[in-house]
Amino acid sequence: MAIPTSHPIPLPSATERPVPPPQRSSAPAIRRSRWSQAKRSWRMHWQLYLLASVPMAYFVIFKYIPMSFLVIAFKQYNVVQGPWGSPWVGLQNFDQLFSNPVFGTLLKNTFILAFYLVLASFPVPIILALGLNEIRDSWFKRTVQMATYAPYFISTVVVVSMTILVLSPRVGVVNQGLGALGVAPINFLADPDFFRHIYVWTDVWQTAGYSAVIYLAALSGIDPALHESAKIDGASRLQRIRYVDLPGIMPTAVVMLVLGVGNMMAIGFEKAYLLQNDLNLAQSEIIPTYVYKTGLINADFSMATAVGLFNSVVNLCLLLAVNFVAKRVTGNGLWR
Amino acid sequence: MSATTTSTVPRLRRKRPAKVREPFHDRVFLVVVMIMLTVILALVLLPLINIVANSFSSASAVSAGRVGFWPVDFSLEAYKTALTNSQVLQGYYNSLIYAVLGTLISVTLTVAIAYPLSRKTFYGRNVLMTLLIFTMLFSGGLIPTYMVVHDIGILNTRWALLLPNAVGVWQVIIARTFFANSIPDELYEAGMLDGASELRVLRSVVLPLSKPLLAVLALMYTIYQWNTYFDALVYLKDPDLFPLQIVLRNMLILNTTRPSASNLAEQLHQQQLANVLKYALIVVSSLPVLLIYPFVARHFTKGVMVGAVKG
Repeated sequence: MAIPTSHPIPLPSATERPVPPPQRSSAPAIRRSRWSQAKRSWRMHWQLYLLASVPMAYFVIFKYIPMSFLVIAFKQYNVVQGPWGSPWVGLQNFDQLFSNPVFGTLLKNTFILAFYLVLASFPVPIILALGLNEIRDSWFKRTVQMATYAPYFISTVVVVSMTILVLSPRVGVVNQGLGALGVAPINFLADPDFFRHIYVWTDVWQTAGYSAVIYLAALSGIDPALHESAKIDGASRLQRIRYVDLPGIMPTAVVMLVLGVGNMMAIGFEKAYLLQNDLNLAQSEIIPTYVYKTGLINADFSMATAVGLFNSVVNLCLLLAVNFVAKRVTGNGLWR
Repeated sequence: MSATTTSTVPRLRRKRPAKVREPFHDRVFLVVVMIMLTVILALVLLPLINIVANSFSSASAVSAGRVGFWPVDFSLEAYKTALTNSQVLQGYYNSLIYAVLGTLISVTLTVAIAYPLSRKTFYGRNVLMTLLIFTMLFSGGLIPTYMVVHDIGILNTRWALLLPNAVGVWQVIIARTFFANSIPDELYEAGMLDGASELRVLRSVVLPLSKPLLAVLALMYTIYQWNTYFDALVYLKDPDLFPLQIVLRNMLILNTTRPSASNLAEQLHQQQLANVLKYALIVVSSLPVLLIYPFVARHFTKGVMVGAVKG
């Protein structure tokens, strides 16, 4: 989907106020209006405005025009009349969606999978980073860091293929191991009950090392004096982790969690679709894969857009809600 | 000889300070940490080793499930088959094109928006930045974007993979932060005094100072283009345009390799070969990225951290 965006770092200055013009009550002529500010900026930077117009055109065409096409969620879209000419049907698409028995399953599958993913992928990188932070710089430390980071660069298609091969009932190494213990081969991918575990833990496998890097950076930013004084006070390593390291990485952890929950509903189509098969569909059909099938395979554009819009709105609300709670509880959020 | 000299030369080296031994429970704790890290390392590496071991094994050993973490009946047949397969080669070629062109387009566009947004006197920068960040939080979604791609007539062309996701907002933030923090305002003033235009300042002053940034952006976009398959799945119908990832999906997950042999023994061998082929394909397709990865990792980390400083 989009280029990796889910990052733990506070978004910079989106809400920054423009520097107020110098106010001199005695000489109001010097105070500049917004209009004259704009004119001055244009005279100075007209080349930059031209330069920026190209990428802005990209954002308008590929991001904002699609948003306007969301109107077809409230219409009976047909190709001939286009998104604007098609007849309005009000909330009919949504009525149809909410009364569809599939909808409950879809929502449940998406929520459980997303929630499980957030829960599982939150603590593992923290534990990994704390562990790496404890041991001295050495061959071993560098190896662990390099090796755990590597899967992040492997494509989803390859990760899913590897999963299928490693878990295969005939040639897979996992079933070989189970066979040695006297367990009959298990066809993991054909069993809906295994789908979520496979999805979530392969994801942890792929991203834990990458996320750990972010926590390691936060850990290296902790004032060493804190550790020194804790040592003098006789704190054990475990106590120093508990009372120095954990509070030190708390802001980063909160932002990671907020982004995790906020992006819950934006859960990847790519992997779920690849791991899906007719046998595990009961748990592997989630909203994004349903949108793809309804929209592009069954060509029901209006219904697919309605489902997608529902998903986006839920996602946005979740993000804002979690951010609000995080700010209240810890004082750290995405925005100041 | 050497023994006598060393004994006569007075010891000049300073003694190391006596090492403070850590208390017993801390040493136990360290051992536990080491064991935990070793387990994590094994969990990460073993699947990868299994794949590589299988790819170097003979077709019959793989199909019988006899390969663990070391090749059985060493054989390069799978690699020969993989590297002579026309679909795979075409996919490789296409992916290279997408990676190179896509990166060029993406880096250019990212700099073109990030640089103006980094200038403090650029009127409207906050409004534009908010507009950009909003697209991170809310989007039209699959179908509306598909309709746009269809309407501007780039469906089923190479442009469909190069344009719709050309600029990442996160990358814009990284670039903007870099420009704002590492190019001092005095340079702009000096450029202006020398009569350079804005674009000239960008080209002759700012970009030469931003090589680390350009490297990070190029790496991020290249790896994105190499690894993505979603856009190709949605926008492309023509097999000649398929990137490597789609070819892999067809061969590895949908199992579409047709046996072409006539006699039974030959057919069995081909079926077995199709199994090893999968392992070899995984290695072959991930190799370019994993080879540059050790050099890239450090820059990647840097890139993540650059964005961390508020601009």
